[in-house]
Amino acid sequence: MATAQTEIKVTPEIAAEHGVTREEFARIQQILGRDPNITELGIFSVMWSEHCSYKSSKVHLKRLPTRGKLVVQGPGENAGVVDIGDGLVAAFKIESHNHPSYVEPFQGATTGVGGILRDIFTMGARPIAVMDSLRFGELNASRTTSEEDAAKNRRILDGVIRGVGGYGNCFGVPTVGGEVAFEPCYSQNPLVNALALGIARKDEIFLAKAKGTGNPVIYVGAKTGRDGIHGASLLASAEFTEESQQKRPNVQVGDPFMEKLLLEACLEAMKTGAVVAIQDMGAAGLTCSTCEMASRGGTGVEIDLARVPQRETGMTPYEIMLSESQERMLLVADSGREGEVLAVFKKWGLDATVVGEVTEGGMLVVKNHGKVAANIPAHPLAEEGPVYNRPIAEPTARKETAKDWFQFAAEGTELTGNFTKLLASPTVASKQWITEQYDSMVRTNTLAGPGASDAAVVRIKETKRALALATDGNGRWCYLNPKVGAMHAVAEASRNVAASGARPIAATNCLNFGSPEKPEVMWQFSQAIDGLGEACVALGAPITGGNVSFYNETLGKSIYPTPTIGILGILEDANDVMKVAFRKEGDAILLLDGAPNAKTPNSAQEFSSSEYSKAIAGIVAGEPPAIDLAAEKRLIDCLVALAEAKAVHSAHDLSDGGLAVAAAESCFASAGLGAQIATDGEADAEHALFGERGARAIVSVASGNVAGVLVTARQYGVGAREIGKVTRDNSLRIEYKGRAVIAATVSALQDTWAHSLERNLKLP
Amino acid sequence: MKFGVVVFPGSNCDHDAFHAIGHVLQKPVEFIWHQSQDLHGCDAIILPGGFSYGDYLRTGAIARFSPVMKAVEQFANKGGLVLGICNGFQILLEAGLLPGAMMRNSGLRFICKHVHIRVEDTHSPFTCAAEAGQILTIPIAHSDGNYSCDEKTLATLERNHQVLFRYTTPGGKDDAAGNPNGSTANIAGICNEQRNVAGLMPHPERAVEQVLDSNDGLVIFRSMIEALVGAAKATA
Repeated sequence: MATAQTEIKVTPEIAAEHGVTREEFARIQQILGRDPNITELGIFSVMWSEHCSYKSSKVHLKRLPTRGKLVVQGPGENAGVVDIGDGLVAAFKIESHNHPSYVEPFQGATTGVGGILRDIFTMGARPIAVMDSLRFGELNASRTTSEEDAAKNRRILDGVIRGVGGYGNCFGVPTVGGEVAFEPCYSQNPLVNALALGIARKDEIFLAKAKGTGNPVIYVGAKTGRDGIHGASLLASAEFTEESQQKRPNVQVGDPFMEKLLLEACLEAMKTGAVVAIQDMGAAGLTCSTCEMASRGGTGVEIDLARVPQRETGMTPYEIMLSESQERMLLVADSGREGEVLAVFKKWGLDATVVGEVTEGGMLVVKNHGKVAANIPAHPLAEEGPVYNRPIAEPTARKETAKDWFQFAAEGTELTGNFTKLLASPTVASKQWITEQYDSMVRTNTLAGPGASDAAVVRIKETKRALALATDGNGRWCYLNPKVGAMHAVAEASRNVAASGARPIAATNCLNFGSPEKPEVMWQFSQAIDGLGEACVALGAPITGGNVSFYNETLGKSIYPTPTIGILGILEDANDVMKVAFRKEGDAILLLDGAPNAKTPNSAQEFSSSEYSKAIAGIVAGEPPAIDLAAEKRLIDCLVALAEAKAVHSAHDLSDGGLAVAAAESCFASAGLGAQIATDGEADAEHALFGERGARAIVSVASGNVAGVLVTARQYGVGAREIGKVTRDNSLRIEYKGRAVIAATVSALQDTWAHSLERNLKLP
Repeated sequence: MKFGVVVFPGSNCDHDAFHAIGHVLQKPVEFIWHQSQDLHGCDAIILPGGFSYGDYLRTGAIARFSPVMKAVEQFANKGGLVLGICNGFQILLEAGLLPGAMMRNSGLRFICKHVHIRVEDTHSPFTCAAEAGQILTIPIAHSDGNYSCDEKTLATLERNHQVLFRYTTPGGKDDAAGNPNGSTANIAGICNEQRNVAGLMPHPERAVEQVLDSNDGLVIFRSMIEALVGAAKATA
């Protein structure tokens, strides 16, 4: 496409090549009162891309709850900010980097992590943890996946893992966990959602508002090159075709060392008091940072590109403005004090140059060697982009009958074999092979790293408190029922946070969907928004930010709608962390249930959406389990109370693979302990042991404390019953209705669970 | 007594070493910027973990040319205590203050996990507070921790008891099963012939509080403190 020449006459056809529609082009002409030149067209095209403008999602995002008494900064800034007491705030946000990670897995993942880290320290917060929510296609050839695709999925996973680890490890922020799941639909479109968390003093948060006419605008960090041009507009805002691999040059390249220097230098520069505003150059680079800072500050900005540090010669204004070279920042300093700021960057060996100044009148003026290359009103460019209320249509209902659903095994059937197979399925199996490649401990705040607790827990050294983080999202459930699936994502992440002992306080979301131009996809999106909103209100976790990733499709096929939710929680006392591992032989195992009298209207239909149904029978059908948000809230409150009372030895929520998997994981995490469990009920054994209804958790309790835990549970309206004991005999035995249905040695099950992923990867 | 923690561009375990010495062990400690020409009168120097200069070219290869390294070298030659942790160990190897070199982990991947190391010799300022044969649980976090040296160097190291720590199984066996990165002779840490400069790949500063799952790393810092106190007494 045309990129280089400024003298190109812009036509609607060239605009179309930039992804700008005829209507949008007319609007640009109206704003400018003339035709845009090619540089201006480039600027509009990235700012009005789906990725930057949220043009298809805006009307729906308004329905999300974003206020709460702890929310200091909601959506719209670089990251959400919540009050965590002691004069401190937490800044956190999750973002997608899906398309780049498919085209170039290593760099796609590194720049995903780098981008979200910059969003955090741009706010003046020091990053203290990173988490990743990843989705890949199947690792082995199957009915739905060819060997070629499976091999490709394995390579993508390897590249993404190396990228996530490579960036965080060098940068020096612990990667404390996340989740990884596998479905055939992610084969041509993996999801890489990175979440970062930072802390700052409440009175030292920085915003991206250009203020003070005459204040210098300073460019900091890496030099600008031709990499990543149109990353946001063409890579992230269009679906994949067979030619997508040719977009590799549109992927940015990450340098974590540079970012580490940028972090330290920015935080040090902010401390001088001479920094007025700061914004990172992420998607749409210099374009986005200049016009957004001006727009938010109600000012104009004038820059001269000749002063921008450049990595290569001969770059046009178009290329410089659209470059997405990484590890760059734009800041506004107090006029006359820029020397203090520049000195800090010099100390850290970073390029820092005054490239322009804040002006009156609200215009973004881009000059090149004094000659005007672009002259655009900043506010309309940043804020008055197109907004679409796209058509919505509910897809025709899936016609399912009992034949399409899971067939339960006859009563008394031995299930150990199926259970072992379930433990080996990549979604359920241990992710240790992955998480060991991440530095999860640097900064020595990690109280619960990957897999130790249902949520990752990091302490705040200067206080008694700790923060807990969990991400969740079940694409398969959202595919079957987007609203209920989205509610489950919020509920599970909140439950995970509570199972670590923390009270959920805020949420961030990454909404991964197919093409918004398809009415069915917009229906999924709208439904998911409704579900998220309802669940976040019910569970007291307002949404403080995040992003929307549309066009997750290849050759016309959409991924499962996959809203990923990150929940942040607070532990008032860092010593109250609850972990997954059983701790002591003879402890009672209790099943906590927020909805003890729940009835399942159609057991087979519900169970067909489970991980077990998929892994054992290859059936993906039915409906996700019904969700009861009040029950979830009761369980969450109960878990937090138990943690505060230090009443239990372990806690683990029931999720993928249900009770049996939860019990097994508590054994695996322990120092050689086993469990003996006996339960009964009306359901089929498979449903009772592997069903995934929410609002449930298992806790292990010293025998002397059982009565107390039962009292606490009753106070919160949570059902609690003793279902077994922790043993020391290296065996896991589960009886249902008086018959042993699972009986195996823990070490054998653990070997399967712990090494399945690396075996599936067929590593050399 | 004062500890100094050197900060190179890209150091990222500097704050953790500072926390271990200053907050957990309550000893005086300060940061020393890599461009400093002197060591601020410190009695012991820690080169912390991280990715100095991005570890571009080769781990530690650029950091050894930092101005501060001249001062560190002079300090070491005069018998001052220098401990290199992870990237700090790599820098000491590149600077020639310790023998040998570091290769990529045998599995060619970054590994972060708790490992077991055995204290091989207690006649050093880094291990004098430990018991010989004591097994420490301490995390590693590195891509390039595969210690390598020629046979002659190895023989010298063994003969002089310069191997301070060896990777073992939880039960204390130094075999391949306990060796996470392919290091020659399961070596996790060594000292120089004069025994005042030591390097190890595991991170003792990450194992200084029970809430971090282990406080076994404390014994290394306590050894240094004991040695400094002993030296102070001897000169008094």
